[in-house]
Amino acid sequence: MLRIAKIPIAVFALFILVFPWMACQIPAIEHYPDIMVFAGIYCLITIGLSLLMGYAGQISIGHAAFFGIGAYISGILTVNYGMNPWACMGIGMAVTAVVAALVGTPSLKLKGHYLAMATLAFGIIVFIIFNEETQWTGGPDGMSGIPGLSLFGFEFDSVERYYYLVWGIVIAAFIFTVNVIQSGTGRALRAIHASESAAGAMGVDVARFKILVFVYSAVLASLAGSFYAHYLNFINPATFDLFFSIKLLIMIALGGMHNIWGAIVGTGLITFLSNEWLQYFEEFEVIVYGAILLFVTVILPEGLAGVPGIVKGWFRR
Amino acid sequence: MSADMDENVLELQGVVMTFGGLMALSDLDFKVRRGMIKAIIGPNGAGKTTLFNVITGSFPPTQGTVTFNGRPIQHLKAHKIADRGISRTFQTVELFGNMTVLENVMLGCYTRIRTSFIASGFVLPQARRKEKQIRENALKILKFIGLAHKFKDPADTLPLGEQKLLEIGRALASEPELICLDEPAAGLNETETYVASSLIKAINAKGTTVLLVEHDMKVVMNISDEILVLNYGQKIAEGLPEEIRNSPRVIEAYLGAEA
Repeated sequence: MLRIAKIPIAVFALFILVFPWMACQIPAIEHYPDIMVFAGIYCLITIGLSLLMGYAGQISIGHAAFFGIGAYISGILTVNYGMNPWACMGIGMAVTAVVAALVGTPSLKLKGHYLAMATLAFGIIVFIIFNEETQWTGGPDGMSGIPGLSLFGFEFDSVERYYYLVWGIVIAAFIFTVNVIQSGTGRALRAIHASESAAGAMGVDVARFKILVFVYSAVLASLAGSFYAHYLNFINPATFDLFFSIKLLIMIALGGMHNIWGAIVGTGLITFLSNEWLQYFEEFEVIVYGAILLFVTVILPEGLAGVPGIVKGWFRR
Repeated sequence: MSADMDENVLELQGVVMTFGGLMALSDLDFKVRRGMIKAIIGPNGAGKTTLFNVITGSFPPTQGTVTFNGRPIQHLKAHKIADRGISRTFQTVELFGNMTVLENVMLGCYTRIRTSFIASGFVLPQARRKEKQIRENALKILKFIGLAHKFKDPADTLPLGEQKLLEIGRALASEPELICLDEPAAGLNETETYVASSLIKAINAKGTTVLLVEHDMKVVMNISDEILVLNYGQKIAEGLPEEIRNSPRVIEAYLGAEA
């Protein structure tokens, strides 16, 4: 039931490959690759978050903060110190790993949902720091002039180029995560989800695994933040607020948290909803998210990833 | 290693376990000789499962020492104790219902063969080799416990009798020196009980020491080498099955004192 077949990944990769070309054939969706860049960046976060929620059974309401830490470290180090963007990405990921371990360790050693509370508080604190440490972050006005990315003289300066860069990374992260899920490590994670006491009695270090997955998901969020900063060339704190953390949870809930594909589908849908399809709702956008979350929890607890199973059930009858 | 350490795989000294004001275990001493089947019996609430939880590290004892292979383990977390070579089953079956029968046993191999997060993410050749080894070990165990034909089934779809066997199989996969079985025959019919007790004997014949909590006296009397009787967290008798059968204190604990 957990074998994630290679064919869907290949089909998915092919879709990603031809999407920009398809989009530019239809004037109405010409700008979709741009939205897809954002979807890809968010997918990086939700892939890790889905592993944390769906497989390790922990909820984080602070991933916007890790996303922000990555973005601001990239921004500050490239703008103020002129450092190499790729090096900054690595530094951002390393710093995030340490911070995540510090935040996660005390709460993940306890049973229950303490991580949700700790990350909630952490997210708010980090958001305040982004706003108040004006000399570093530019405060609420944000910081601009963040350089684009280039590799060996090849500039990722167009939407298409950046699109392929981001989605290449997303697919790599996706495959890495799928491999983990299908290995002994993934088995240990699912065991923790099913019964912590039995997992412990079978030699699985429950706390260590939860911390490991939490750190992994935070590092991916940080990487996403760096890509975000180098794509927009501008960041401000509003992007990394509590609501974004919740939006990430809605993405995963909509897609289905027990299936890593759910993260991709849910993220894609919510990104397009918020960047494009819900423009008419303006401030009432939030209500739509609430409705989606309510609908999914009540009607589709397995998310969209559960739909094929439900449909199969109808035909079997 | 002294002769004594070699002979006793497990030794408890002065073990006390209190929950608030309730004394679940009081000043308990006992030894388990290597290679034997030792049963722990006693009325409901006597502290049998608490004793298992203390030995396997679910919680540390309030006082006292638990020595396994000559080394104290009472301060260790459950997963460390599993690594040392004590495995267990649970009174209320605690299988991983979200996994197949085979995967449950494969997880049991975790104490002996494991791959790192990074190695599994990149599917390094060593990770692939280890996974193959785990699968083979698990299949061997499924054959041994007689569930090989159900390896693909989700664990929670098995009938209770097979779930109990599977739990034993999962514990065996960790290649323990001492296996603690918490009521392996509870809720089983006569045939299933027979299968379970034969399996326990077979496990013991392979050299694994067995510590057993069980209410089914037929099973206990049939397969145990030694019996420990608990009542209100205290040892009230310890000895050979026939000694226990005839002990007045044990009869009193179970049936109440005669007027």
